[in-house]
Amino acid sequence: MSVRQLQLSAELALSDFTLKIDEEIALSGITALFGPSGSGKSTVLRILAGLEGRAAGRVVFEDTVWADSARNTFVPPHRRPVGLVFQDGRLFPHLSVIGNLRYAESRSPAEQRAIGFDQVVDALDLATLLERKPDGLSGGEKQRVALARTILSQPGLLLLDEPLSALDVRRKGELLPFIEKVPDVFDIPTIFVSHAVDEVARLADQAIILVDGKVSVRGELPELFQQLDMHGFTGNFEAGAVVEARVTGHDAEYKLTMLDLDGRKIQMPMVASLNMGDQVRLRIRARDVSLALSKPEDMSIRNCLPALIEEVRAEPNTAFAEVLVRIGQQALRARITRQSAVELKLEPGGEVFALVKSVSFDRRVLISARA
Amino acid sequence: MADLGPLWLTLKLASAATLVLLVIGAPLAWWLANTRSALKPVVEALTALPIVLPPTVIGFYLLILMSPNSALGGFWVSVTGTTLTFSFTGLLIASIFYSAPFMVQPLQSAFEAVGRGPLEAAATLRASPLDAFFTVAVPLSARGFLTASVLTFTHTIGEFGVVLMVGGNIPGETKVISIAIYEHVETLRYAEAHQLSAGLLIFSFAVLFLVYALNRRFPINVS
Repeated sequence: MSVRQLQLSAELALSDFTLKIDEEIALSGITALFGPSGSGKSTVLRILAGLEGRAAGRVVFEDTVWADSARNTFVPPHRRPVGLVFQDGRLFPHLSVIGNLRYAESRSPAEQRAIGFDQVVDALDLATLLERKPDGLSGGEKQRVALARTILSQPGLLLLDEPLSALDVRRKGELLPFIEKVPDVFDIPTIFVSHAVDEVARLADQAIILVDGKVSVRGELPELFQQLDMHGFTGNFEAGAVVEARVTGHDAEYKLTMLDLDGRKIQMPMVASLNMGDQVRLRIRARDVSLALSKPEDMSIRNCLPALIEEVRAEPNTAFAEVLVRIGQQALRARITRQSAVELKLEPGGEVFALVKSVSFDRRVLISARA
Repeated sequence: MADLGPLWLTLKLASAATLVLLVIGAPLAWWLANTRSALKPVVEALTALPIVLPPTVIGFYLLILMSPNSALGGFWVSVTGTTLTFSFTGLLIASIFYSAPFMVQPLQSAFEAVGRGPLEAAATLRASPLDAFFTVAVPLSARGFLTASVLTFTHTIGEFGVVLMVGGNIPGETKVISIAIYEHVETLRYAEAHQLSAGLLIFSFAVLFLVYALNRRFPINVS
């Protein structure tokens, strides 16, 4: 997968705060730009696309200067090899689906047409929609067309501005697989804006967290989501850790899939589409993890993993404490009561068993054994 | 049978004024819809003036501007050998000023309704601003173009005061329908006045009816 260097330093006064960013990012696969609503994420994409002419600063992609306010350099949006999929799709209502796609294709530089029309229609499953007008499409279909249209403009950098936020849960689930295969199939580095932690966990290879117009944390996934200070971004209920595991087999009788998490065995409801050896990403919510000092027998919870306590953080003025435990190279978070933490004498360095009640599988297969 | 000369002249004038205003008015409306310039209200006020001013006031200043003694009028005489005043060209220039708001205002509203969204989308798909204007803004403003053109055309047909001031009453050159009707009434030839008046009334109604009916039957899809 190609790696592209992006240098972005920008300053722009917005209504509530000033966006101020100075980052050098090696873009590869999907980079999530993550943070609460109104933190300036979409504005960053607009600056990259050249739609915020007022922004001061410097944008350099690979070796090309896109903007440098100090030298009065500004490459207008239509001359930047960047594609932006807007939150609302912004399909042209006067053109059919095929008209929208051809609009983009015909304006891409002929010598750069590495991605074929049929290939995109195929990958995004648009064959049956081509003659339709955008008005007759569902929200998810619109976003698929918008994504296809942008890919057909042959961008060197793909920007997705919360393409899922206008969709309900089911449509979201339909669109996610299409988005996650873009970097692999078309080899376009992608920046994906989202305020939903589950989307980021599933799609992203690295994440940049933006709060009030400033970069707060930046790092690779899944490590980033294993840090306790992620708490503020994910909220108590959804907070959890993302871990990577390898599929070791299925139990057809009990409908279970067995996985290996850094030498520990875990199981989850069967996902038949996984093959032995597939590397997958799992999300385990802190509220689904309990801790025990000894290995409990006679218990319904099947996933019992020996772990080492790394950090205990009591939440002042609440009943709860969060405990970060290490399992091999990876980490899990457990949300327990403060009282339990005190009575069990949970301290960093202590050995415990992490009891995982349920595992949710982020459908992204990182390394497929079949491939 | 009434003399059909004024009718053809009127249609010729209205068509020419509409075409010229499409070419001048669309970019002006586009600029007004998109600019953040401090000049915007000034230009908006100037284009709206013909709606509130008596036609005689506009006609009076245009007459002075186009007279052979003025810079513009004198230049015209030296280039073409004819005067601008009391000519078809002078009448056309006057009509363009007089009907400008009827072209610019509906187009400006239409462009504003389209908004920046579709144009930003076009720009990120590598369409230059001019390309995006013709392939996105214009088709999405089709209804605005239709309304603006019809209003400009029918308004030019109905013009009287400005014509009287700068054009006078020269058959085949500046004698448009409204002037012909006025002349017939002045000379108490009511039958001819009726023919032209009724003709203009029916024509205007028919055009407007056709536009609204088409609009309803084939709504231009811009949602």
